[in-house]
Amino acid sequence: MLIKRPSAIPGSEITSESVYRQRRQFLKQGLALASVPLVGFSGHARAAMDYTIPEDLPRYAGPDWLQSKIAAATRNVALSTEEDLAPYYNVITHNNFYEFGTDKRDPVRNAQQFRTDPWSVEISGEVARPGNYNLEDILKPHALEDRVYRLRCVEAWSMVIPWLGFPLADLIKRFEPTSKAKYVQFTTLFDTNQMPEQGSAFTTIQWPYVEGLRMDEAMNPLTLLAVGVYGNALPPQNGAPLRLVVPWKYGFKSIKSIVKIHFSETMPLTSWNKTAPDEYGFYANVNPEVDHPRWSQATERRLPSTLFNQNIVVTKPFNGYAEEVAHLYQGMDLKRWF
Amino acid sequence: MVLSGVKSFSVMRWWTLFLLLLVPLLLLIRDIIDNNLGADPARTVVTELGFWAMTWLWLTLAVTPLRKQFNLSWLMRFRRMFGLYAFFYAVLHLLAFTAFLIEWRLDLLVRELTKRPYIIVGTLALLLLLPLAATSTRAMQRKLGKRWLQLHRLIYPASLLVLLHFVWQIRSDFGQHLFFALLLAIMLGYRLYLKKRG
Repeated sequence: MLIKRPSAIPGSEITSESVYRQRRQFLKQGLALASVPLVGFSGHARAAMDYTIPEDLPRYAGPDWLQSKIAAATRNVALSTEEDLAPYYNVITHNNFYEFGTDKRDPVRNAQQFRTDPWSVEISGEVARPGNYNLEDILKPHALEDRVYRLRCVEAWSMVIPWLGFPLADLIKRFEPTSKAKYVQFTTLFDTNQMPEQGSAFTTIQWPYVEGLRMDEAMNPLTLLAVGVYGNALPPQNGAPLRLVVPWKYGFKSIKSIVKIHFSETMPLTSWNKTAPDEYGFYANVNPEVDHPRWSQATERRLPSTLFNQNIVVTKPFNGYAEEVAHLYQGMDLKRWF
Repeated sequence: MVLSGVKSFSVMRWWTLFLLLLVPLLLLIRDIIDNNLGADPARTVVTELGFWAMTWLWLTLAVTPLRKQFNLSWLMRFRRMFGLYAFFYAVLHLLAFTAFLIEWRLDLLVRELTKRPYIIVGTLALLLLLPLAATSTRAMQRKLGKRWLQLHRLIYPASLLVLLHFVWQIRSDFGQHLFFALLLAIMLGYRLYLKKRG
């Protein structure tokens, strides 16, 4: 199960793009068939969750109680893109999770021993039911959905990824935030024994990693709390056991391995915003018209790419989710509130 | 007998170093052939080539301090090789950037040059190294005489531009950047110290 060296997986054993596309096509057809008897089920169809994962790559099963939830998950067709998925291999080996190292392949190398069970999450701040809850209790009332989202990194690359999760809004409602709750703040685990970069003497980030959303952003139906990817539990390098997925914002907003959810009246000071305020704003909405000070955001490279084909695509406002979220920012100057 | 033994030893040393500096490129080519560079191979290739170009440039700059401080006079004979390797990797680095990352697209080139100032700095550094590579032969050295030495002092501003090119890309961890900066400070500081001492 351990993949200490991703280089141990020879390229020849990775599903070729053409086979992959066939599978994708197959998946779509299967999905179309499967959804026939479920017409009128408000856009939800029984998911074709048997993603083809190459035999030689590790699957992350997760704890027993999660497995049964995953087995019962359904695909949210209405909120899923039909674009080609990034292959599983790339999704689990190309990660920005700086706690485990700053190179894209550091997380898969360094996170395999990461303990994600048991796991508890603290709910605090302006909320009627604060407390420490273990993850199983947090997830208990929520049915899981399979959603295929585009993920756009601030570094100008992107991937299409099938997540398993549930709307953050459903969780927030359960804990009954007070009228003073204007923002939600998330915190990643702080554990220098397990997360080597948190102990680095040469890092500009003040650990633990903190992210946040405005309340209406958090309540948007697109905002997902994910516990799985590709029909399985989250691998540690992808933010197990609980992470945020906010598809219309740059990837760094989608905080991983969450241990704390805090409701506050004031805007939280988020990690990248604190580290380089002129480069990373609190909102961090995907916006082709506002460049990063050191590079352009007008286009992105859709991964996986090959040496001779970069898959350069034009970046869309709000990562193509403008219809769902643009109204949240009406009247705001997005060049100022980047 | 003894003489030929010494000669074959130095020939062996030449080949050892020549092949050693080629190893990172060979490993990279192997990874390209094996399709083992991950989801973003172009970026990996460009980054790797840049890293090694910088490393060999630093090695070139290390020759004088090492030679004088530790009496390693034999190193002098390899300085040209180190410098040419630095230039070679830097050219490949630029070629990989234009061929793989921006796919020879003029619009992207213009955009990158205006939006990413560290790319201008890197290009400038390579332009400074160009005349040094061109005049690296023994014949050119003889022909230029005293001016050869003056010309080749361009390696100092070039190395500072390379460092700036590198540091400008820091995201959060700067351990490696600090390491290269300290090495450069020591190597350039040593030369100032020699000059002051006269």
